[in-house]
Parts: sequence; C-alpha cells; structure tokens
Amino acid sequence: MDVTLLSRIQFAVTIGFHYLYPPLSIGLGVVLVVMEGLYLKTRLPIYQQMTRFWVRVFGLTFALGVATGIVMEFEFGTNWAAYSRFVGDVFGSALAAEGIFAFFLESGFLALLLFGWDKVGPRTHFFATLMVCLGAHFSAIWIIVANSWMQTPAGFRLAEHGLGTRAEVTDFWAMVFNPSAVERLTHTVLGAWQAGAFLVVSVSAFYLLKGTFEDFARRSLRVGVALALVASLGSLASGHASAEGVSRHQPAKLAAMEAHYPASAPADLYVFGWVDEAQERVYGAAVPGMLSWILHGDAKTPVTGLLAFGPEDRPPVQLVFQSYHLMVAVGTSLIGLALAGAFYAARRVMPPAWLLRLSVVSVLGPQIANQAGWMTAEVGRQPWIVYGLMRTSEGVSRSVSADAVIFSLVLFALIYTLLFALFLFLLNAKITHGPLAEDLAASPKRA
Amino acid sequence: MDIDLNTIWFLLVGTLLAGYAVLDGFDLGVGILHLFVDRDEERRIFINAIGPVWDGNEVWLVTGGGALFAAFPAVYAGVFSGFYPAMILLLFALIFRAVAIEFRSKQPMAWWRRTWDVSFSAASFLGSFLMGVAFGNVIRGIPLDGRGEYLGGFLTLLNPYALLTGLTTVALFAMHGSIYLVLKTEGATREKVRAWVNDAIIVFVVCYATTTMATLLYLPHMSDRFKTHPWAFVLPVATMLAIANVPREIFHGRDWRAFLSSCAAVFGLMGLVGLGMYPNLVRGTDPQASLSIYNAASSGGTLETMLIIAAIGIPLVLAYTVSIYWIFRGKVKLDSMSY
Repeated sequence: MDVTLLSRIQFAVTIGFHYLYPPLSIGLGVVLVVMEGLYLKTRLPIYQQMTRFWVRVFGLTFALGVATGIVMEFEFGTNWAAYSRFVGDVFGSALAAEGIFAFFLESGFLALLLFGWDKVGPRTHFFATLMVCLGAHFSAIWIIVANSWMQTPAGFRLAEHGLGTRAEVTDFWAMVFNPSAVERLTHTVLGAWQAGAFLVVSVSAFYLLKGTFEDFARRSLRVGVALALVASLGSLASGHASAEGVSRHQPAKLAAMEAHYPASAPADLYVFGWVDEAQERVYGAAVPGMLSWILHGDAKTPVTGLLAFGPEDRPPVQLVFQSYHLMVAVGTSLIGLALAGAFYAARRVMPPAWLLRLSVVSVLGPQIANQAGWMTAEVGRQPWIVYGLMRTSEGVSRSVSADAVIFSLVLFALIYTLLFALFLFLLNAKITHGPLAEDLAASPKRA
Repeated sequence: MDIDLNTIWFLLVGTLLAGYAVLDGFDLGVGILHLFVDRDEERRIFINAIGPVWDGNEVWLVTGGGALFAAFPAVYAGVFSGFYPAMILLLFALIFRAVAIEFRSKQPMAWWRRTWDVSFSAASFLGSFLMGVAFGNVIRGIPLDGRGEYLGGFLTLLNPYALLTGLTTVALFAMHGSIYLVLKTEGATREKVRAWVNDAIIVFVVCYATTTMATLLYLPHMSDRFKTHPWAFVLPVATMLAIANVPREIFHGRDWRAFLSSCAAVFGLMGLVGLGMYPNLVRGTDPQASLSIYNAASSGGTLETMLIIAAIGIPLVLAYTVSIYWIFRGKVKLDSMSY
C-alpha cells in the first residue's frame, strides 16, 4: 500500500477514535450547566448529586479527549507535511486560535470543575462549569472553521514562496466565515449535544429499569430528554441547510451521497440502497425526484451528477452513499425516540419498559451518526484534501516511508483498542456503582 | 538584531515553548520521580500535586505546536514529518501519561495501580527524553534539502549530542519537579523529597556542564552571538545563579522562592537556546538549507493577524493560569474528588 492510503487510514483511525470523546464533552458540558444551574436555583441536594456524578463521567471522557486530541494536533505535521506547508497560513492560524481561546479556557476551569468544590463558592463553581462548556464549544468553532475551509476555501490567494506554492490569507473573516462554516458548525455542535444528551438518557433509563436511584434517574432523564429533543430537531434543520450548501459548493459530494450518476437530470432520494459502481447504478428504494424537490422545490429540476466529473475527480461513491444514509436513518430514529421520551416527560409519567430499553441503547445512536456524518463529509471531499485546490496525494509527507506509517498505524490500532476497552470498563464501573450518597451532603464552602 | 514581525514571532513561539518547559517541566519531573516513593498514599499525593494543573500545562505544548504551524509552517511540517518515529513515540508517551493519571485512582486493585504508576513514570521519562533529543537535533543540525524536507533516518537522530541533551532535559525536569514537590507536600514525605533536591541539582549540573562543553567544542555557531554581543553573557550567568540559589532557599525553608528560582533557570536555559539559534529555527547540516524565521514563515498578513489574536489571548491565558495556581496553592489534601 502507498503512503497516501496508509496515512489516510491512520488519520481515519485516529480522528474516528478521538471523535468519540469531544462530542461527549461538549454535550455533557451543556448537561452540567443545566444541572448545576438547577441546583443554584432550587438548592435541592439531588441536583448537587447529579452534577457531581456527571462531572466524574465528564472527567473520564475529557481525559481521553485530551490524550487522543494531542495526536491530531501533531498529525498534520507528521503525515501531511506538504499539506501543512500549503495551508499553514489558514489552518495553522485556526489551530493556534483554538489553543489560545479554547484549550486554555477549558483546561484552566476544568481544574475548578473537578477539584474546586471545596475551594470556591457554588456560584464561582457554576461559573467554572459554564466556562468549561464554553471552551468546549470554542474548540468546536475553530476546528470546524479549519475543516470547512478545506471543503469550501475562501479569503485566500495562491502565492509562490521560497519553498513552494501556498495559500495565503487575504481576508481573515472571509476565511473564518467561509461558505460552509456556519451550517457545518451548527450541525456538528447539535450532533455533539445529542451525544451528551443520549448518554444521560441511556444511563437514567438503565437505573429506572433496574428500579435504583429513582429520583436521580427521573430528574436526569428529564434534562437528557429535553436536550435530546432540541438537538435532534435542530440536527434535522441544520442537516437540511448543510445538504443545500453541499449541492451549491461541492456538487460531486452531493452526487455521491445519493449516488446520482447522470450529468444533469432530476434526482431521486434513496431511503436505502446498494451502489453498483461498475454499472453506475443503485439498487434500493427511492422516492422519485425527491432530491430535486428538496433542493429546488421542484421534482423536475436537474441535479448535477457524478458523470459531470472526470473519473479522477469523483469521490468513492459506495462509502459516501452508505455512511450518509446510515447517518440519516439513525438521526431520524433519534428524533422519534426523543419525541416519545418528551411525550412521557411532559406528562410526568414513567415511560413504558420498551421505551426505556430502547433508551438504554440510544447512547450508540449519536456516536454512529456522528462518525457516519464525518465519514460522509471527509470521504465525500476526496480526491481533494483542499477542495479543488490540492489533491490528497499531493498533501502527504514526502520524507515518511510506508514502513514507518505501517509501524505507527499498527501501534495506534493496538493502543486505541486497549484504551477503548479500559474506557468502557471504567465507564461501566462508574455507572453500575451509581451516584454517591455523600454527594447529597453539603460541601464545607456551601454553608 | 532588528525587531521585525518575524522576530516577534520567534519570541512568541519561544515564549510558548519556554512556558511549556517551565510548567509541564515540573509535572513531567514529578512523573519521573513517581516510582521513588512506594506507598499508595504518597503516590496519590504526587499525582494530586499536579492533578489540577498538568492538563493546563500541556496546553502550552498544544498551543506552541499550533503557533509553530501558523507562524512557521515549514518548521512544523519539516521537523514533525522528518522526526516521524520519534514524534509518534512522543505521542504515545503523552497518551499513556494522560490516561495513567486519570485511570490510576479509578480502581483499588494493587496490580491496577502499579501498572498505571509504571506507565505514568515511564511515559514522563520517555516524553522528556524525546523532547530533549528533538531539541538537541534542531540545535546540532539535521540533513535538510533545499525545500525543507528531512533527508536523514531515525538513527540519524540518535547521535551522542542529542542523547546528551535528552538526558539533560530529564535531569532538568526531575530537579524542577522535586522542588515543586517540596512545595506541595508536608511531614515525612516533604522531608524525603527535600533530601532529593540536592541530588537532583548535582545530577543536572553535571549533565548541563557536559552539554555546555560539547556545545562549545562541537557547535561553535551556538556561541557566535555571545562573541558579537558580549552583554548576552549575562543570561548564562543569571541562569547559573538561579540554579545555585535553589539549595539556599530550600535550606532557609523558603520553598516558593526555591521554585520560582528553578522556573527562572528553566526559562533562562530556553533563552540560551534561543539566543544561540536566532534567526534560525532548525539548523541544516548544510547551513544554507537551514529553516529560519524568514524562509519558514507564513505570509506577513497572517503574522499580523495572529499577533492580534495573541495580544487578545495571552493576557486571558495568564489570568487563568495565575488564578488556578492561586486557588490550588498550598499543600495537597486528599478528598473524595481527588485522583
């Protein structure tokens, strides 16, 4: 295998594993703000217990996010050196801004969030929680800005430099607010909220099924369901806006998402299907003309298809099609689940056992949808590393050998498998152990 | 030297990396010394001494990396891809260190805790050593082509000079960490740690003196600036005085001053490297191929924009850092939320 493919696999493995954790931190961050806010408002000890329990879970996910995140920061340089030289102006700026504005804020206040219960008063502690949550969102902003620039580059010019051609920023704000940045950021953050919300929903439903920690579980469930509902419905709207943006700026990606081959013809919307890339057709269930209708309000309007692009400019179709449809299917199910949960929560009655059982496994939903969504976005961008400007094969490090990447890839795979097993083991131990009775008691500073 | 935008960025990136060495230096040092105590409670005290701050300290490295990417992309790309196997090992060390701190306290079994103790300590040692080796190579010079691509292999990096700077870095961080531990511990543990400080200083000074001799003998370019600007000699003298001041302050029981003195010494050492290297960031074996603050820099526009971002961000960063260290001042007390 060549270095480009190996480096792509390694990047996919490391980012895919990393991306299990930041959405949980972002989503749980919002959950913690709500719970601790409720505690400040009502002063009910149960809300303090809830906050402390979820802070411990947050601490675990955050630690794994940090440990695997530092890899990402370095990996552009190690594996994508030519890309890094090309985009240092743009991408480097966003990463540096992320460090200065997001990571320092997050890590500083995290210390207070985790260890500051007895060091500061409840209001200051709540402020720290708020800042950690804000920091997690800032981090999302800068990294999505950087990634969106790779999808829809703007605010730059190409210039010759001593060491080669590169993209230089001409308009910082045009670079930040590049055409896809806002929609993609919204969609990503809502996906992250779902990850946090459904974790809370799942654990609460588990306790309710077992009949333990009932007050804790009922109240946690209400917070989880409320956030899940907002985030799930918001994901639908932002996903629609995002798809429209893709049709305008990255037509080849959109065509691959629905495996729409004809260069210019009305396009169908598949519910599910299997792409035969050799015959350039899809077997599956489709709503005729639906994609045209969604994008243009008219089922007869032609949509640009894959054949409008040379074979060397088309993304892999099957993978993009399947990951996109997986995301949509899971996302739609989560909306249904959130609506059902909200129905019972609004009536303040216990949800039926079948719904609780579904809720327990719902924690997997956002994780699958987030991974599949990113796969759609990133594989759909191929064969470009920066859309229309630099091919992925041109961005790879020239001084790194295939053997070196095989060595690191195998080690990453082994270590990440181990870390994932340990994470599940510790998370499970925390959940089965449940909230601590001592967390109901007042902390010294509160008196 | 003229102060232009590129020089300002040399100073800023240098300050971030020096800030990293000062801050993460002591928590890496605590990790290096971790296995020198055996009792679970003492090991917990060690980990909780750095518990609230180590993550923030590591952000200095992340931001330093980001700043290097933004301001000098050719260095970020050339060094990180050139030192590939070493960088990957460094990443594994940082991963294991982070999860060891988080995982250790989560289960009571002796084997579980021992595993993470070893992993925390070994990762701290390996991380410090590899960073020292990388610095040594950047100072000594690496084979680069005219486009900033590294031409050597992994074994090129393991030359005697770089191994020496690697060991010196480990000794420096161990010394710095031992002083921090004096500050954070009490009772019998503090007496034990106090006794380590002098040994750690001796080991470091021996390593440092050897490195300095090797630098003067084999890398004469590193002392050129001191010949043209004799006033610069104040810096190595001040650094030595800061190190010499540590045992004095410890003897008088002024732990805070001892720690600040050690911080000043770490900062001074990074300053010495900077003075010797400027205006180069990475020296090429062929000096013509060196990556400097001019041929490796981003566009002037980006350096300007980033300067505005730094001007907004750095005061905030300093405010958080000082507040957190202030709130968590004093001796470590273990409670239910501790590691």
